[in-house]
Amino acid sequence: MRKILQLLALFVVLAAAGTWAATGGNRGWTKTGVPVETLDPVTGIVAIGYRPQFLPGVDFLGAAAGAAGLLAGVSFFFRKTKINQPPINN
Amino acid sequence: MKIISTILLASLATAVYAAPQAFDFKDPKGVNNAVFSLDAPLESISGSASGISGTVSFDPENPGATTGKIVVAAESLTVPNPMQKEHLHGANWLDVAKYPEITFEAKSLASVKTADHVTTADVTGTFTLHGVAKEITVPIKLTYLPDKLGARVPNLKGDLLVIRANFTINREDFDIQKGQYLDKVSPTISLTLSIAGAFAK
Repeated sequence: MRKILQLLALFVVLAAAGTWAATGGNRGWTKTGVPVETLDPVTGIVAIGYRPQFLPGVDFLGAAAGAAGLLAGVSFFFRKTKINQPPINN
Repeated sequence: MKIISTILLASLATAVYAAPQAFDFKDPKGVNNAVFSLDAPLESISGSASGISGTVSFDPENPGATTGKIVVAAESLTVPNPMQKEHLHGANWLDVAKYPEITFEAKSLASVKTADHVTTADVTGTFTLHGVAKEITVPIKLTYLPDKLGARVPNLKGDLLVIRANFTINREDFDIQKGQYLDKVSPTISLTLSIAGAFAK
């Protein structure tokens, strides 16, 4: 169990870092929409809309690191798995 | 009698032509917008508002006499981060439930310069935010587009008026977290207004 939780913690950190990097490595706050600008040719006004898109930021990384830390911490409450060794015959 | 009638009609026609036009800024196309930006340590908080309405009285022959009121629905203020948006709309910041409108009522124009349907001026009026009204003067640019309404809304004849303004306000002047979070959110808010109103003939 201990090993499973530690591996899970590692997976959480790597998955979060991978997602963050794959979406452009946003160094700001997490966003759920990306501004989209459209020019109105008659008035010359640039209209601003938002396209739904999840863009993880540093708070996402922090939350993932926190969750991984929690999993790793909990893992220490479990004993190490004992390996049954055959008796030594002298 | 006929001559008098003709003169009266001509005078009336001139008066109608010279009368200020009431431009409606309700925008079903969702093009009109107000952009706001505040400095913050990690990244600046930027967003926009699209719920804009209001009426501006504009006389192409006398742009200096422009008056009117622009209303922004506070609920329409959007930032890309959902938690920031929740805080922005919440009772501790804009309290949009209690103060649903942000308004600017233009009273007078100064330093008016007009060339080729483009007028620049300093407009003085009452800016109301978070329930606090304050008189401010901001530079604006008015672009009058005669007979351009049809290009935007088919089958309609009329004019367009584009208003652009760029100015800053201090959130503390409007009792928004006065003296609070100064190290986390700048007290200065940059505002950029880009709106177009229509006058149907």
